[in-house]
Order: sequence, then structure tokens, then C-alpha cells
Amino acid sequence: MIEFRGVNKYFGKLHALADVNETIARGEVVVVCGPSGSGKSTLIRTINRLEPIDSGQILLDGRDIHSRGLDVDRFRAGIGFVFQQFNLFPHLRVIDNCTLAPIHLGRLSPAEARDQALELLERVGLADKAQAFPRELSGGQQQRVAIARALALRPPVMLFDEPTSALDPEMVSEVLLVIRDLAHQGMTMVCVTHEMGFAREVADRMLFMDHGKILERAAPADFFDHPQHPRTQKFLADIRSPFA
Amino acid sequence: MELLENYWLYFLVGQFPNGPLGGLALTILLGAGALLLAMPLGVLLGLARVSHSRWLRWPVTALVYVVRGTPLLMVVFWAYFFLPSLTGQKTGQFATMLAALVIFNGAYLAEIVRAGIQGVPRGQWESAQSLGLRYVSTMRRVILPQALRNMLPSLVNQFVTTLKETSLGYIIGLSEVSFIASQINNQVLTQPLAIYGIAALTYFLICFGLSRLSYSLEARLNA
Repeated sequence: MIEFRGVNKYFGKLHALADVNETIARGEVVVVCGPSGSGKSTLIRTINRLEPIDSGQILLDGRDIHSRGLDVDRFRAGIGFVFQQFNLFPHLRVIDNCTLAPIHLGRLSPAEARDQALELLERVGLADKAQAFPRELSGGQQQRVAIARALALRPPVMLFDEPTSALDPEMVSEVLLVIRDLAHQGMTMVCVTHEMGFAREVADRMLFMDHGKILERAAPADFFDHPQHPRTQKFLADIRSPFA
Repeated sequence: MELLENYWLYFLVGQFPNGPLGGLALTILLGAGALLLAMPLGVLLGLARVSHSRWLRWPVTALVYVVRGTPLLMVVFWAYFFLPSLTGQKTGQFATMLAALVIFNGAYLAEIVRAGIQGVPRGQWESAQSLGLRYVSTMRRVILPQALRNMLPSLVNQFVTTLKETSLGYIIGLSEVSFIASQINNQVLTQPLAIYGIAALTYFLICFGLSRLSYSLEARLNA
């Protein structure tokens, strides 16, 4: 469904993505991890063209996402994206955050969009916050609204860019549980995260990145119990709590 | 007080209805007209300033630099002598002054709008884009509402300045408050302090009202 072919990306001299080749199948849940600056956020942001690439190709359902004539706005509407910093629209109520895109893209009438938004908010456990403004919510609640907002366009693919990294520890699980439910419903997902317990349970496949390269690809059990690449072994040892 | 008794009507409306409207009424009309026209112009110019198209960006950038580097008085003279040669007919003093104020303040407002737009965090653009919103919808529904709120204090500042700038109409014989004040002074001769004091107080009261209005608007927006 998503295919990287020889993708390169530079930030000045930094080689952020170094000849990345990877295929993500429909319905697959892929968790990307790696040290900071390894290129994992860049990787996920190239999939919906938030980040341009310098060479190579990215295909979505066989179509080059950088091809001429591709309507980038329409293309992006087919991919849900959840940001580390939530990025809710602060001047709009929760419900309006969730209805803005479906209404403006002509997908739903205002009444339909409203019903759908309430249903989605119900799903993320926030139906009672529909009339609140984002600043009145906790971080975990904001992130769940952001997920509902992304789901409002019924995208076949969801991308999560460190969805729990900006949260206080006690709010991490409420967000992860929502994402897990989505994964179990067969959504194609790519998730950048350091939540290894979550990854072990939810991921079909793990990708480990460092210096812009995918160094290891493995099923979670193999990845955590028998990491092959020395860099992966070191990373997994480093993130393990020294007090456990 | 005899001063007020004799001249209050002249001060408020000039020679109206036996002649052209003037005085305080004219000042308010000119100020309000300038604001109402300059604001949309400022938003359009500001949008052009942040546009990706250089054909929009460059001419507007040039205009902003020219206006910013020119005293308003020069723009007034320019409008006074240039507009008639452009349109082929004599432009009234009111229209001349209005044109000068709109262009001058439109350019200043453009910079405020630009700063406001650029002050909206990048994440807002990104999340609007990732939802597939088009540029125009993103601007109108996501960026501008947040930008305008942030701009409010600077906007008020500019509005107040605009109102005071109407006094430069004096120089082309427009019978607004300052002009009327000097006319009255020419007739009375003995009380310049009181006359110009009243004129100054008049400006102050209008600007004060404008500021208070915007503070209450700001408070309501932040509530």
C-alpha cells in the first residue's frame, strides 16, 4: 500500500533519509523506532508530503505521490496524521475541530458531519467534551480529539508521529488504548513511538532507524527478544529503565 | 464659554448645511471611511506579502517599502496633484485625503497582517494541510482567525494613528477639526490655548473611545 523506493532526503548537509526502501502492506501496523534524529519523523512526514523528498519515489496504492497532476489536498485527505503536539485549532470547539474538514471538503453536510463527529468523540471517550475549547482539555484529551479529527475523513491510512511524547506520563495510556483499538480494527498504520510495550502488543512489524537508514525490520517478538543489528541491541538496552 | 456658544455648531459640522460638511463630523467620516477601506486592503496586501507567488509578493513588497519610506504628508501631496492627472478631473479634498489615508494605512496594515499570519504556529498549517484543506480554506478558517486575534493590539494602534492623521487634511484645505480650529482661532485671535485645547481634547476622546472599545473586544475574545 505504501512503498518507498530509494528515497533520499537532506536537511542541508544532514542526510535525513538515506536510500530508504520499504513496503507497508494494507492493514499492516508498523511501529518505527530509533534514537532522536534518526529520521523516523521525517520518514513518516514524507508519506503525506509534509516533507518533500530529494530523490526516489513514494507510492501509495501504486501511484507516485509526487506525480504531476496529483491533487495534493485531496491526496492528503486520504491519510490521517496525528502530531506530537496535537495541533488542534485553538479557536474552534472540539466538535468544530472534527467537522471542519469533512464540511469544507464537501464530504458531509453540516448535520452529517456533526453526527459523525459525536460518534467519533464517543469512540475516543470524549463525547461530553464536544462543546469545550482545546485549551480546556488535558494533553491526553487533546490528543484523542486530534485522533477523532483525523478519523473524520475516514482515511484508509493513519500516521502517528510520536503521539504520546508530549504527554504527562499518566495520560499516555488513554491515548495508546485508542490507537490500539484502531489497530485491531484493521486500519493501516505507521506509528513512530518509544512506547515499547505498546509496540510489542500492537505492531505487526517493527522498523528500527538510525542515521536515516532502516537498519532492522522484524516482527515484534524477534525485534525485542533477538535483535540482530548491534545498533538495535544497544538502543534497546539504552531505553530499558536502569531501575527495572 | 462664549467661545463654545458661538462656534459649537461650526466646530461640529463646519458650514453644513449652508456649505460643505466639516468639523468633527467630517473628521469622523474621514477616519471611519479610511479604516473601513484600509482594513480590507491591508488584509489583501498582507496576504499578498505572504503569498508563494512572486508576482503577487514583489509589487506589494515594493509598495510597502515605498510607503513606509515616505512621510504621509508626501503621500497627501501626491494624491492631491497626481490623482487629478490620472483621472482627468479635479478630485475633491475629501476623496484626495481618503485615498492618501487608505493607501498609506493599507500598506502599514499589510505589515501587521503579515506579522500576524507568520505568528501563527507552523503546526496549524501542517494540521490543516494534513486534513486536506485547501489554501483558501486554511487561511480563512484556521490561520486568519488566529492571526487577527493576535493582531488586535497593533490594529488598534494603527486605527488610532489613522484617526489622528486625518488632521493632515488641513494642509489641502479640508475643513476637518484642525482646519476648523485654526479658522476659529483666526476669527477670535485671543484664545488660541482654549481653541486648540478643545481640538486636542476632541481627538483624545475619539481615540480613547476607540481604544476602550478594542480592549473590551480583546477581553471578550480571550474569555
